[in-house]
Amino acid sequence: MTVLGNLCLWLAFLVGIWGALAGFVGGLRGQPELRQSARHAVFAMCAALLVAVFSLEWALFQHDFNVEYVAAYTSQNLPVFYTWSALYAGQKGSLLFWATVLSLFGSLAMVFTARRHREYLPYVAAVVCSVAAFFISVMLFAHANPFRRLPYTPLDGSGLNPQLQNPGMVFHPPMLYLGYISITIPFAFAMAALLSKRLDVDWLVAIRKWTLLSWLFLSIGICLGMWWAYVELGWGGYWAWDPVENASLLPWLTMTAFLHSVMIQEKRGMLKKWNLALIIGSWLLSIFGTFITRSGVISSVHSFTQSNVGYFFLFFLIAAGTASFALYATRLPLLDAEARLESMVSREASFLFNNLLLVGIAFSVLWGTLFPILSELVQGTKVTVGPPFFNQVNIPLGLALLGLTGVGPLVAWRRASLPNLRRQFAVPATVGAFTLLVLLVGGMRDFSALMAIGLGAFVLATVVQEFARGAGARHRQYGEGYALALGRLLARNRRRYGGYIVHTGIVILFIAFAGMAFKTETEATLRPGESVSLKSPYGWTYTFTHLGISQYDALNRQVTAATVEVYRNGKKTGILTTEKRQHVDALGRPTFQPSTEVGIISDVREDLYGVLAGVVGGTEQAVFRFTINPLVWWVWYGGMIVALGGVIVMWPGGTPAVRRTQAGYAVKLVGEGT
Amino acid sequence: MNAGTKFAIGAALIVGSVGYLMASGVKATGQYFLTPSELSQKIAVDPSFYDVGMKVGARVVPGSVTRDVATRTLTFQVTDGGARYPVVYRGVPPDTFNDSVEVVVEGRLRKDGVIHATNVLAKCGSRYEAVPKA
Repeated sequence: MTVLGNLCLWLAFLVGIWGALAGFVGGLRGQPELRQSARHAVFAMCAALLVAVFSLEWALFQHDFNVEYVAAYTSQNLPVFYTWSALYAGQKGSLLFWATVLSLFGSLAMVFTARRHREYLPYVAAVVCSVAAFFISVMLFAHANPFRRLPYTPLDGSGLNPQLQNPGMVFHPPMLYLGYISITIPFAFAMAALLSKRLDVDWLVAIRKWTLLSWLFLSIGICLGMWWAYVELGWGGYWAWDPVENASLLPWLTMTAFLHSVMIQEKRGMLKKWNLALIIGSWLLSIFGTFITRSGVISSVHSFTQSNVGYFFLFFLIAAGTASFALYATRLPLLDAEARLESMVSREASFLFNNLLLVGIAFSVLWGTLFPILSELVQGTKVTVGPPFFNQVNIPLGLALLGLTGVGPLVAWRRASLPNLRRQFAVPATVGAFTLLVLLVGGMRDFSALMAIGLGAFVLATVVQEFARGAGARHRQYGEGYALALGRLLARNRRRYGGYIVHTGIVILFIAFAGMAFKTETEATLRPGESVSLKSPYGWTYTFTHLGISQYDALNRQVTAATVEVYRNGKKTGILTTEKRQHVDALGRPTFQPSTEVGIISDVREDLYGVLAGVVGGTEQAVFRFTINPLVWWVWYGGMIVALGGVIVMWPGGTPAVRRTQAGYAVKLVGEGT
Repeated sequence: MNAGTKFAIGAALIVGSVGYLMASGVKATGQYFLTPSELSQKIAVDPSFYDVGMKVGARVVPGSVTRDVATRTLTFQVTDGGARYPVVYRGVPPDTFNDSVEVVVEGRLRKDGVIHATNVLAKCGSRYEAVPKA
């Protein structure tokens, strides 16, 4: 099957190059046959790559350990679930995954793009083919071919790293990859718009779903990554500002900025240059993310083995960046705004500030991530910045952004009047201030946490007010019951009210992040029967009693498990089990380092997080670390609400074509989005 | 003053505060990242490098690791082929720590010539690949 796989890679590579040429030339010269050919090239490449994926999966499931990739990432006793996901567990397989999904997205774009946007497609095909051909060329020419055979056949493979043997890890990388990859489609449309000089709102409408899709995948991927880090890595948190985490956050931030600023272009014809730059930037950041993961340029827990793959990506990044911004520069005269900003107190202005903050956050994260490299270049000495830097910079910026989340959707387009402001903000501001007061009286003194929760309450109140007013209007006009009115309101204005749901999720995330300001932890060495106490931020005292150690063999691992009984203020609340796992191969020989399985008892208020750090040889005396993490539960549910809101916005139908506001105030008709 | 100018002022404020936050953040939280050789060179010419928080990236000297599980104390030596420093760490090292990995030790070099670590990160170049290709 590796012969077939190799053949398909070459075929896809050549077809990709042809598609790129045919698309660019056909598009520029307007030759229908070439345009058609470029379109077919995308389909053909997709088919060839799917066959390649199939042959790699075949080799994985056949346990063909003569194939280097199969031997490196799977073993006889690896559960089926993880054998399948080994496709993207390693560098080589993930490159194949990238190229395949890109050609698949490209094909979908070819098929589903509305007839009136067909003019862009030859260029889109060309860009998709070029990018996919680049990824295939890395596999073929940078010693990253997943189909490479070994000169001998090992009896068993090395197996998958135990830390990757976690359900979160099966979905986290592909979700993130899908996010990264799908940005290529909006980027391709942006290039198409620039090349064809058709720079009106059309191309934005054509990519609306794609930008949402990649934003949604990135959001889900990032949340799953946090969850994986939390339950698998055992350091007690979910976000460490690791370079690779940052790399996934960067395009998310710029895409979020784009999703907001694009509304200004649709309504007012402003920000054309900015929007194009955001799309190009987001795409470059997605390639940069892949580069960071692959190259080992910046040390990170995620790094793959250092290899010359990094140079390929660096070269591609520079070449693609130069080419796209050069093209962008030649088209600048065509991108003048159709309107001007009329007032600082308007939706345009608040969205502009939102964009500046998002891009500012992205810039500071990029800066901090690259700082070791930059400082070495400038000063000759490597200086690193860690989580304190990112927290110090991003907490104030994040809080300002949170405030704007409440303000932006409620101020009128163009120019807001004083009565308008009073009508919109009287209740939410009161709610926010009242919440702040309650917290202060309750004894909370952490400034950032107070601000996060107070502003969060303000934003939530604006959202509730919007839903209540909308449903109330429907109730009065159509006599619908409130539940029905609420449902119809959401269904008829998915973009607006789905957006509010996303905001709700974001607020919940911010409040959950604030909870981490109150985390407490302790380490203890305990004999069976001994216990340690820890005070929770809510004032309870938890007692952890070590019950004993048990050892047993499971499918592909030897487990040492510690059982801990947990009491809250003397009352038993549950049992916490944490394990050390030594993974073994089919012959019972140990593979990899031992890994730790965290024990977590979670509820809406706080998580009890226990880690078995080690056992004193031959005894049941064990070392534990116990952490109390307030509000972590809300991170996962906040993330789900964000994703739900994203799905609602994306749901087909219900989004009206572009409509410009003409009046000096927002025209608000029942059942219509502003 | 028209809205454009006002906006420019607001934008300048945001850009300025981002810049300020970043500059002060680097100043307050930046840490040197040195190899043992670089550290010994710096310390030879400038004793103020004692007792300064920094990160040292190096390889663990094979056979130098001693663990006392009961007191959770870990001692080992790090080297980059040139200089060599002993490290004391009280706490739980990551799963991937053993006596042949690359580590990043966060801590201070005291006058006794020992790095007192506050954090140890094991950096396995081939973290997700079982067969080291070194």
